[in-house]
Parts: sequence; C-alpha cells; structure tokens
Amino acid sequence: MKRLFTHLLATAALALVAGSASAQDKLKVGFIYVGPVGDHGWSYQHDVGRKAIEEALGDKVETSYVESVPEADSERAIEQLARTGHKLIFTTSFGFMEPTLKVARKYPDVKFEHATGIKRADNVSTYAAKFHEGRYVIGQIAAKMSKTGVIGYVGAYPIPEVVSGINAYFLGAQSVRPDIKIKVVWANSWYDPGKEADAAKALLDQGVDVMAQHTDSPAPLQAAEARGLFGFGQASDMIRFAPKTQLTAIVDNWNDYYVARTKAVLDGTWKSEDTWGGLDSGMVKMAPYTNMPDDVKKMAEETEEAIRTGKLNPFKCPVLKQDGSEVECQGGTALSDEQVLGMNFYVKGIEDKLPQ
Amino acid sequence: MSIVEAILLTIVTASTPLLIAALGELVTERSGVLNLGVEGMMAMGAACGFAGAILFDSTLLGVLCGILAGGLTAALFAFAVLGLAANQVASGLALTIFGLGLSGLIGAPFIGARRDPITHLHIPGLTDLPLVGRLFFGQDAFVYASLLLCLGVGWFLFRTRKGLLLRAVGENQTSAHSLGLPVLRVRLLAILFGGACAGLAGAYLSLVYTRFWSPGMTSGRGWIAVALVVFAAWRPDWALFGAYLFGAATVLQLHAQAAAIGIPSQALSALPYLATIVALVVLSLGRRRDTGAPGSLGAPFVPDR
Repeated sequence: MKRLFTHLLATAALALVAGSASAQDKLKVGFIYVGPVGDHGWSYQHDVGRKAIEEALGDKVETSYVESVPEADSERAIEQLARTGHKLIFTTSFGFMEPTLKVARKYPDVKFEHATGIKRADNVSTYAAKFHEGRYVIGQIAAKMSKTGVIGYVGAYPIPEVVSGINAYFLGAQSVRPDIKIKVVWANSWYDPGKEADAAKALLDQGVDVMAQHTDSPAPLQAAEARGLFGFGQASDMIRFAPKTQLTAIVDNWNDYYVARTKAVLDGTWKSEDTWGGLDSGMVKMAPYTNMPDDVKKMAEETEEAIRTGKLNPFKCPVLKQDGSEVECQGGTALSDEQVLGMNFYVKGIEDKLPQ
Repeated sequence: MSIVEAILLTIVTASTPLLIAALGELVTERSGVLNLGVEGMMAMGAACGFAGAILFDSTLLGVLCGILAGGLTAALFAFAVLGLAANQVASGLALTIFGLGLSGLIGAPFIGARRDPITHLHIPGLTDLPLVGRLFFGQDAFVYASLLLCLGVGWFLFRTRKGLLLRAVGENQTSAHSLGLPVLRVRLLAILFGGACAGLAGAYLSLVYTRFWSPGMTSGRGWIAVALVVFAAWRPDWALFGAYLFGAATVLQLHAQAAAIGIPSQALSALPYLATIVALVVLSLGRRRDTGAPGSLGAPFVPDR
C-alpha cells in the first residue's frame, strides 16, 4: 500500500513539473530520482549535478526533476518529461532501465542518460562511477583505525554494485591487516534511516568499531558517533552529521559529467556512450581525511593517488573466492569491468555467506 | 555492556515509536473512528518536532511542536469525518498522502541539520547494575513516557467513567446517541489524542532514533502501528506486547545477520512480519470469533439520520 502513496505523490509532483513547462527556446533537461532530494546521499548528489548544469549553462537550459519515483512505476514519469518538451532526460537508478529504454523508443529525438545501467540504445547512454575504488581506500583506513580488528558494513541489497563494494572494502582492509574480520548486515532497503541505524547498532554491539555502509542515509554513521567510534560517509560528504566520527566519505560527483553531456546536446555532438568514471575522472571523489593520525592519512592519500594514476587496481589478479578458488582474470592484470559489474561472490576471508 | 543488554536496549528504542503511535490509534478506534492517516501524522510530527527543536534549540519544545503538529493534522481529519461525515478510509488515506507531502515541505529547510543525543536517566547505583541497570533505569524520557501512556490508556479505558463513555460511543453510536452521549465530541477528542500520539512518535524518530530529519523517514512505521491495534485486539496491554514483539523481531534479525548464522537475509527481514502473523493466528484461535473490534468502527455518524 505504501507504494501506492509514493506513486500518487509522484503523480502530483509530475503535475507540478508539467505545469511549469514554458520557454521553448531553452534546452529542457529533466531528472528522475528514485529517492527524495533530501536523502543526503544518492539522489541528493544527482540534484547537486542538476544545479551544476544550471550554474554552468545559465539561461541556455531549464531543468526540472521528479523525486521519489518508484522504480516499478517510473515509465509514466519518464514519458511525462519527454512529452513536455525535455530533450535530455537523466534517469538515475538501476531499476529505471527498462522503462527508460521503452520511452526512448517512442521518443527518438529525445536523449536519455541512464545511471548504473547496462543496456544502451541510439538515444540512450549509460553512466556509472567506480565507487569500489573509493571503497578500497576506506577499507585500508578502517583496518588501520580498528582496535577490535572487526569492521562492519551495512548493505542495501545483495546486488553486484553493493557486493563489489564490500569486496573492495575488505580487500583494502586485508592489504594492510591480513587478519581483519568483516561483518555484514543487509537492511533490505536503500532508504530507511531507522532500520539503517538498527543495523549499525547490531554490528557495533557485536564488536565492530569502524562502520561503513552502502545505504543512503547518514544513520549508520550517527550510530557510530553515539558510541564514540568511527565511520564513513556515503555518496555525499556527511561530515556535518558526525564531525568527530567521519573519517572520510566517498562522494559521487556527477557535476562534470552532467554539464559535459548537456553541452554535447546543445552543440549537437551528443552520442550514445557508456561512461564508467572513477577517481581518475573525478566522478568519484574522497571527502577530506579527518579524525585520523597523520600516517593513516598519508597512506590513504597515497592509495587514492595510486588508484587515480592506474598503478593500483582494487581487483588486481589474483582474486580468490571464499572457497579459495581463483577467479578467471579476464581483464589482463585485473578483473574486467564486466566481472566487477556482475560480481556475485565474496572474496576469500569474508566469513559471512552472500545471500543469493 | 554485554551483548544481551545491548540487544535489549536497541529493542526498546525500536519499539517505543510503534507503541506510542499504536496507543493513540487504539484510543481513536475505540471511539469508533478508523484513522488510517497515522503514517502522515507521524511524518508531520517528525518534521515539525525536528524543526521546532532546531528553531528553539530545545528538545522539549521540539517534542511539543511534534505533538501539536500531529494533533493539527488529526484535526483536519476530524473535520472531514465528523464535520462532513466523509468516508473514514478514504479520508485516512488522503491524510497520509497529505502529511507525507506537507512534512517534506516543512522539513526541507532543515535538511542537513543535526541534533545532539538527548540525555538518559541516570540514577547512581541503580543504573550501573549489571544487565538490568541500563535497561530499567537508563532510558530516555520517551521510553518512560510511552510506558506511562500505556498504563494511563488502560486505566482510562477500563477504570474510568469517561473511558466507559468512549467505549460506549465506539461500540454502538446509535444507542450512545439516544442515551444523550456527545458522540461527536468524544470522537473529536479521541482523534486529537491519536494525532498527538502519532506526532510524539514522529518526533521520537527525528530527535532520538536518528538525530536528523529526512523526507519519508517514517518508512511505514505508521502502518505498522495501525496493524498493531488490530493485533492487540484493541487492548493497550497487548499493544505493548505487540510493539515489543515486532521491535524484537526486527532487531534480532539484524543481529542474526551480523553473527552470520547462515539464514538468507531476505528471510530474516521477513521475520518480524511473520512473527506478527503467527502471533495473530495464535491469539485469534484463543479468542474464537470475537476479534474485539468496536462495533461502530469505521461507520460515519450523522446525528439526525
């Protein structure tokens, strides 16, 4: 029943968007968000990117967005944007994939950009960020900062994007402390601050003393703060929620990409592409390293630099599965992009069982 | 602090907002009005409670703002279902949508703000007792308030004349009216009480549970509160049991995951709901046919008809 309400809300929001449609000479750019822009995380950062477009291109563009669009019912929202004259539409969640492709077939002159997707069309590009690069860095920090030798992770859903993050985090931790242990709890929700907090508390109660999460709210970080322990921000810099607790944050930075793609449409040079940016392209950024000793900070900066320059790959071969078997190395010296994007196993050393 | 103590403490935090909201809805329903807008009133309480706490820099004033916001939202509902004799189910659903939307607007300027943790009770000696010390003598004010509220509601409903009056109105509105009982006034007060409780529960979410506000942070807890009332057969003591059972199942499944006991997390996530259904079946078997529902629940009342 809850879905129905979000759905009705989305429809109401849509009516507002449609109502404000005017100014035909400007390029209209639309955004579909899966969560509220006030989630402090995923959708918030996409909205920061939207504002960057307005700032960079001023009166050449006009942007609008629809927030909290349920994935199962996103087609109407996307089509509404296309119908009201938006020529470039960003759909910013994996679950918007099929609806985006469907609407794109009906509106061949509208350009679509689908975040974290794996299917493209002539007028549909895909883009994502290599968050796992940042996770390797924070894994190293976590291992150095942990006194108990047990680090924790709140995951949303056991999908490849999250699993590869856990693996990168653990491999990073293991690289500086081979006996490190990790505990994982699944919230089975992207966004439920109360449950995320409970999940974090469960981990902290069981001996975890550094907290990381792949859900959208700052609740786990705050749970760590309440115990005087450490944690990381996710998707955006969450230092204001826990000034003495956040060690750093993995920041999704869509600004440059969004501005570049909008410019491309204005110039008529837009092409369907697949972009997977990491620390090197600035799509993944690390928030300032805080609350840690200088040697840990130095190590983190060096690792970040090594990944940026390509000297270090979090998934450099050999990568061992939990049972010790080696994963086929399809990318030369490291796992291929496809292998990372489709990752459905835990690496050796994680004692938990991955839900299938 | 032992792990058992830690788990028990988390269970109390998780159960308290459910208990408060459920008690409010219980009183409303006992008067014969079904208000499905708990989620919306709770969202209003969370947003206004947080906004108030930031603006006045006082958790207490914030809580009052939350209670007031819940009550005002409920007043809208009362106007529709009592004043206009509108359909209660439809009005309640509309109230949820309205509350979620308006709370997003009210809370927007406060996104990114945070509050410090509130103080917990501390009695030297007692609070430091092993295992039970923190559990019984180290909670925050909301927890004690919720337990007092539970006792108070039980006492009011079954031990006072006014409580009897409220139940009579809920049981048979026509008889109550013909006896000269003020049906609409009783229901108005019951609806406002339900709203105030939902607002308080919402304020607990944004001020204690997670000390920040974000849109939609109630995440369906209002609906669980509505379900708990049915589960509790409209009895405050069973509502207490239900809220803690649900809270315990939620927290224990997270602990089971962290301990890597090897049951799929999806199955564990379903556990609180499963536990609720099982308890419901067991309870209703014991009760035979009588569910305990007030006789006039959900029926609109127009005095002259």
